[in-house]
Formats: sequence, structure tokens, C-alpha cells
Amino acid sequence: MIQVKNITKSFDDKTILHNVDATFYDGKTNLIIGQSGSGKTVLMKSIVGLVTPEEGEILYDGRDVLKMNTAQKKDLRKEIGMLFQGSALFDSETVLGNVMFPLVMFTKMTQAEMRDRALFCIERVNLKGADKKYPSELSGGMQKRVAIARAIAMNPKYLFCDEPNSGLDPKTSILIDELLSDITHEYNMTTIINTHDMNSVLGIGENIIFLNKGHRDWVGDMHQIYTSDNQALNDFVFATNLFQEVKDYVVSTKK
Amino acid sequence: MVLTDSLATFGKYCLFIKRVIAIPDKWRVFLSRTITEISKLGVDSIPLVIIISIFIGAVITIQMQLNIMSPLIPAYAVGMATREIILLEFSSSILCLILAGKVGSNIASEIGTMRVTEQIDALEIMGVNSANFLVFPKIVAFILFMPVLVVFCMGTSLIGGYLIALFTDIIPVSRYIYGMQTMFIQWYVWYGIIKSLVFAFIISSVASFYGYYVKGGALDVGKSSTNAVVTSSILILLFDVILTKLLLQ
Repeated sequence: MIQVKNITKSFDDKTILHNVDATFYDGKTNLIIGQSGSGKTVLMKSIVGLVTPEEGEILYDGRDVLKMNTAQKKDLRKEIGMLFQGSALFDSETVLGNVMFPLVMFTKMTQAEMRDRALFCIERVNLKGADKKYPSELSGGMQKRVAIARAIAMNPKYLFCDEPNSGLDPKTSILIDELLSDITHEYNMTTIINTHDMNSVLGIGENIIFLNKGHRDWVGDMHQIYTSDNQALNDFVFATNLFQEVKDYVVSTKK
Repeated sequence: MVLTDSLATFGKYCLFIKRVIAIPDKWRVFLSRTITEISKLGVDSIPLVIIISIFIGAVITIQMQLNIMSPLIPAYAVGMATREIILLEFSSSILCLILAGKVGSNIASEIGTMRVTEQIDALEIMGVNSANFLVFPKIVAFILFMPVLVVFCMGTSLIGGYLIALFTDIIPVSRYIYGMQTMFIQWYVWYGIIKSLVFAFIISSVASFYGYYVKGGALDVGKSSTNAVVTSSILILLFDVILTKLLLQ
């Protein structure tokens, strides 16, 4: 479980996050949602340590990351997997090389063991046979799946996903969502997903944090979101007619 | 303003170098990457060095012959002057200015692209010291291979001069060869190599620095590449003066 307590972060006198509190649970897909500029990315970067907040606490199962020394942070990072918006695969490495990378750097496995583990992860994300390809030879969806395989190679306790569906067609987006949800439950990971995709919000959002202008404005799950009276949340999630109709239908059937 | 900015950049560069020069996480990976970089930055530069050196060697010989042609100066002086220019300045400083363009832009654009595509962030998240992992092998590889390039340059430049003597009648070949051997000072070879080691560090570290701190997109990667070449060229010229004063006087 990851707990964020009273996080405040500013850039050039502009406060991006105002005393944000949030809890992200084990074995659940935790979503951070909000409009562009609401502070989602800064919150995620603060949690993973790419940005240092001015105030607050970030507790990984009780361990405050902001009070850790460099060696402790390095150890913690071995427990973290991250899926970047643009996949961030290493261009010069094959799929197998990319997935093996963290194993090569941080384990004492033999070459054969690393290869087996990497091939297992590649197979887990349904990319069997693609291990010899380079990232440039893969579609966007396949690149995301390779990035997921790399992120889970070290069997992390915490998985972070920054806009995993950006640039993907709806069908592939659903596949990625399902994969992330399955992996989260399978390995009991604390998964945090930063997303704009309403299909993800309504499909896999087991714990949703809604940020509005740097404040945590709402917390709930994909079922509670239909009945929320938070205007900003409703304006954001049910902005299109289609989603509004879905909401009306769900609310009417609940009655 | 310019002074404070320059000082701030220099401070940032020093902190960057401090992160770069650290014990690698895995020596096996470091050695493997260093060998790859030797091939990419060093061996791949040999054709360019050979082509440039042959032509410049030939041009220096022609210009020497034109400028010091006098009944009072012996013909072998052309070979001697060509050798001195090549050993003292061309094979180290001018070659490194050329390599600052080729290697420097290569390094800055490679690391810059990794930065804007979040590959460096991915390394950091995994707990890898990205500066050390990406940059240290490049610096070590380029410093290790630079003497080879310098010696190649010296040899092929002198061959360029020899070929111009052979295929034209500006100077007898025997006089050119005699001039090349006359009053040879071995220290000049070492002087060129020592200078080139410093320049190799400047080229690889400055280009890496500019690439590592790119912000933005493809356009900014291009700008950082240009800035890396300009800055390393200026630093090469500055250190050329300092090292010449220190090593030759």
C-alpha cells in the first residue's frame, strides 16, 4: 500500500499540488484522473521520486521515501515497475534485451535464468515470438505490452502506469487495461494508473483519485462514480453525450 | 547575466561529472558498453580520419612548398615543416575539432533522444544511475581510442604529403622523406597525444552534458547537438592554448 499525506509541490511560485492525500491499495487498480494541468503527472512523479515535493509524506508500506538515503531509495526502486506514456523502450535493444535489462542490472541470475524469466514475461503479455524484434518494428500497442513485460520482470510490488492508453485505438486500449488489471490481481501489486481514458475509469477503476486544480477533489470507485454529486468530476468523466447516456442508464437501472 | 549563467552551467556540469564518474553498478555491463562505444565512436571514425588526413596532409605539403620556396631554404624543409604542423597541431587540435562535430553531435543527439523519449527516466526509475550508465562508457571509450585516431591521423597525413610529392613535381620524394626525418623530436608525438586525451574528455563529456539535460522535443535535441559542438569546439581551442603553454614552453 502506498499512502500520500499532505503533498505540496510548486514550480516557479506556482503551486501544482495542494496538500494532496491519497491511499493506493494492494491488489487494486488505483487510478489518478483529472483534467490536463490538474497535477496528475506531478503527483505520480512525486510518488516515484522523479520530483521532490516541498511538504508531506510518501509512505511505501510505511517507509517514507522522502526520508530515505540514496541507497535505500535505490533498493526501493527495485520494487517499482513503471510503464511510461511513450513506452520508453531502449531502441538499441531487442524486445528480449529490453525485458532482460532490469534482470541483468539487478539480479545474480545466470544468462539462461534471465532469458527464461524474460520469455515468461513476454509470453504473459501475449507477445510470444516477438522477442527478437526491435521496438521500431512493433506497433504502439505491442510496445506498451513490451514495456509492461519489462516493468513486471523484477516481480515488482508497485506498478506505475503513466497514460498507458495514449495513442492507442479503443480495442487495444481495452486489451492493455485488461492486462494491467489481470497482472495487478495475479501478483497482488499496488498499481497506480494515471489516465484520461474514460473507458479505463469505468472499466478497471477500483480506487479512483480525482484531482482538480491540484486538490484531491473526490475518491471512490468505478461504481460510485455514477452517483457522485461532484460537479467537476461529472463534467470531466461524463463530458461526452455517450458517457452521459451511459451514466443515465446505469443510474436508472440502479433505481 | 551571461557570466552568472555560464557559472551556473559550469556548476551543473561539475555535478553532472560527479554523477558520471562513479563505480558502475555492474562491471560486466560497463565493459560491454565500453567496447560497443569504442566501436561506435572510435572505430567508425577511422574512415573519416583517413580521408581528412590524406587530403589535409597533401594540402599542407603544397602550401609549405609555395610559401617557403626560396634558393636559401633547402627543399627538405617542406617535409620538415609539414611534419611539424601535422604533429603539433593538425593531428590533435584540428582533428579533435572535426571529431567534435561528428562524435559530439552523435553523443548529444543519442542521449538527448533518450531523454525526450523518457528512456533516461526509465533507467532512473529502475534505480540505475543513468548518467554513469550512459555517459561513463562513452568517455572511457573515447579517451582510450583517441590516441589510436591521433596516430592514424599523423601517419596518413604524412602519407598524403608523400603522395603529393610522388605524383607531382613540387618536391623530390627523397627530399620530402629526408625532411620528415630531420630534427625529429619525439616529444611532439606525445604532446599531440596528451592534448588529444584532454580533448576527448571535453568532446564526450560536454556533448553528453548537453544531451542529458535536453528539455522539450526533437527540435531541442537538434539545438542541444549544435550547442554541444559549439561549446566543445571553443573549449578545445581554449585548452589548446593552455596545454601548449604548459607542455611546450
